[in-house]
Amino acid sequence: MITELGHFALILALGVAIVQMIVPLIGAWKGWAGWMAVAAPAASLQFAFIAASFAALTWAFVTDDFSLHLVWANSHTLQPMLYKFSGVWGNHEGSMLLWVLIVALFGAMAAWFGGGLPPSLKARVLSVQAAIGVAFLGFIIFTSNPFLRIAFPPFDGQDLNPLLQDPGLAFHPPFLYLGYVGLSMAFSFAVAALIEGKVDAAWARWVRPWTLAAWVFLTIGIGLGSWWAYYELGWGGFWFWDPVENASFMPWLFAAALLHSAIVVEKREALKSWTILLAILAFGFSLIGTFLVRSGIITSVHAFATDPTRGVYILMILAVFTGGALTLFAARAQAMEAKGVFGVVSRESALVLNNILLAVSAFVVFIGTVWPLVAEMLFDRKLSVGAPFFEAAFTPFMVVLSVVLPIGAMLPWKRARIGRVVKPLLPALVLAVLVALLAWTLQTSKTMLGPVGFLLGTWLVSGALVDLLSRTGRGPLGGRVSRLRRLPRADWGKFTAHTGFGVTVAGIAGLMAWQTEDIRVAQIGETFEVSGYAVTLTDVTREQGPNYVTTFGHMDVHKDGELVASLSPEKRVYPVQAMPTTEAAIANGFWRDIYLVIGDPQTGGGWAVRTFIKPFANWIWGGTIIMALGGLLSLSDRRYRVAAGAARAQLEPKGVPAE
Amino acid sequence: MRKLLLATVVALFGAAALAPHAARAVNPDEVLADPGLESRAREISAGLRCVVCRGENIDESNAGIARDLRLLVRERVLEGDSNDEVLDFVVERYGEYVLMKPTTGGANLLLWGAGPVLFLLAAGGAALYLRRRAAAPEPAVALSDEEKTRLDELMRG
Repeated sequence: MITELGHFALILALGVAIVQMIVPLIGAWKGWAGWMAVAAPAASLQFAFIAASFAALTWAFVTDDFSLHLVWANSHTLQPMLYKFSGVWGNHEGSMLLWVLIVALFGAMAAWFGGGLPPSLKARVLSVQAAIGVAFLGFIIFTSNPFLRIAFPPFDGQDLNPLLQDPGLAFHPPFLYLGYVGLSMAFSFAVAALIEGKVDAAWARWVRPWTLAAWVFLTIGIGLGSWWAYYELGWGGFWFWDPVENASFMPWLFAAALLHSAIVVEKREALKSWTILLAILAFGFSLIGTFLVRSGIITSVHAFATDPTRGVYILMILAVFTGGALTLFAARAQAMEAKGVFGVVSRESALVLNNILLAVSAFVVFIGTVWPLVAEMLFDRKLSVGAPFFEAAFTPFMVVLSVVLPIGAMLPWKRARIGRVVKPLLPALVLAVLVALLAWTLQTSKTMLGPVGFLLGTWLVSGALVDLLSRTGRGPLGGRVSRLRRLPRADWGKFTAHTGFGVTVAGIAGLMAWQTEDIRVAQIGETFEVSGYAVTLTDVTREQGPNYVTTFGHMDVHKDGELVASLSPEKRVYPVQAMPTTEAAIANGFWRDIYLVIGDPQTGGGWAVRTFIKPFANWIWGGTIIMALGGLLSLSDRRYRVAAGAARAQLEPKGVPAE
Repeated sequence: MRKLLLATVVALFGAAALAPHAARAVNPDEVLADPGLESRAREISAGLRCVVCRGENIDESNAGIARDLRLLVRERVLEGDSNDEVLDFVVERYGEYVLMKPTTGGANLLLWGAGPVLFLLAAGGAALYLRRRAAAPEPAVALSDEEKTRLDELMRG
């Protein structure tokens, strides 16, 4: 019964979304206030219906209702409650439902907190957002219905894919969707502005928080996925340039570009049409990512042919939304006259360079991802594009970005002189060179990767610090410290996010340059040495988990005679899906991770054992967390909490630092 | 079909796409005695794709065919082939599909050239735009009365 209500609520949501798409748009066009006012309550109602539908599906999962095909295929009575819950989005249909739930949530939030928006802009934004909702609700109802029943329900389900039964991965998809869908808000604002024919600082101030939030969620989502891959896949890789990873990485790069160019629109009313274009592209690439992943077209061209409906439907959504938006853009972009004038050397130009580097690197990822498909269709060549290509073609852009970032971040608006900016940065440069030299002398293998990575990382972090300190002006230290505390949150956010980027850069380079590994057969009781660590396999035991059987390897790690860690890597087998998984045991550390994996028993006795020493591994995710934190800080800046239109009236008498 | 479904589901989840297995990759019995040759073999393996996997190289993969290829690579290395000769040998048998790093030949020039060319185009376009912006006259905007009062207020405060 609850299931049917959920299904019904979903259909009602589609109806409401159609009304929300059409009525406010006509209202805004004709100037009918009553019709425009339909948008806000409709957005709330649409969200309520989808939430009810999602709750019904969750209920079915939590109560093991195996009469529902989706629950039967993705759950099991023995499964821990957390994974029954995350099983809701651990499959195609349920994850699409989560997707539209978030689309509707963001729409509703724009309706609730959009009081300061001009009524016609608000009506159009909600209308475009509803159009996205209609497209995906239709997709779910017509091609991917999660509420299908089984006539004769089985006693038990087929279990969730064991890979997904992991806390890191349980919350990876919701964060990614919050990111993808957050970009839909930027898209809706862009299209609404194109229809409106007006883009100004207030518009940018409205768009930036959504983009920033989307970027923060994407950062967390990608970080979670990468961290999961690191500890779960058993050899400690953290990024594979897999098409599915790239699908989330491209929108992240575009979102990063967009949130920077929106600053220029907000502060200087320039780069308007470019910012609109970026907003369209960012969401367009979210849709492309969805298409690549859902259709299976990249993995195998044949998978596409076996189940073409879904792929074709998403391709249509992609064509209609990006095609339509780009056509609108071509027709209207001329109307976006830029106001701000600025010199060739200025913060504006630096942000243009930032945008070029981020956008072009995103295109490189895109071309590398789809090239196997293009080559097969156009040139009849079956080939692969793997990690070595991306490392060679993508990394240079990030290196250039890292080099220019601290300088660009400090350039004043309008007109600047490089010399005046470089001077305060000299200590940062000296420090970076010293750290790189230290890394060079300390390393045993003579590679450039590690030292260069640490050069850039230190340059970014210390450059961000110099930038922050420079914001406090001159004068006695006490005054500067108190001014530091009163700096706008946006400045702290910028400092934090750029620092996080530097930490991640250093972490990636350090890990890739200096990791060591050891593969061997170890007898129980045997001790062996890896990079100065003495590893002992003390015992191997078999145990029973809630829905799996597991083999534990118990290992002690000593350094200089002292016990550093006692670790128990696992090898699990989930009998329902007959699938083995590896659970590496990791001793996390600031400087290095000790990463142990237990393999199969060997015929001659003993066990296959893999030991990895991974320097700076945690810096990668540490930096990611710091970046996300920077985004959140910036998001909490007071100018976003004050409605854009009302900002002037509420200015405090003493004013805020001008920028 | 079930497998395909599984693949799609796995595909939804980022890195999960890489089908993992209990025992990873290179097994202890494959390792060459000479560490120099072994590290060369590892380097070559990292550039060869496991043909039945999703985007994994043979060094990471646990599939049977990947193991066969790893052994083949080690055999060639022991015979005294250079890294490129080993790659050529494998490509001759399995086609260029096995190369993780695509060649620069023929149409692949488009792939390799896309990034640099796009960057140059974008930089050129931006340079033109910036020069035009720098030359554009500052739009003369007269302050409204309201703004003037506000300005006075600020100057006094």
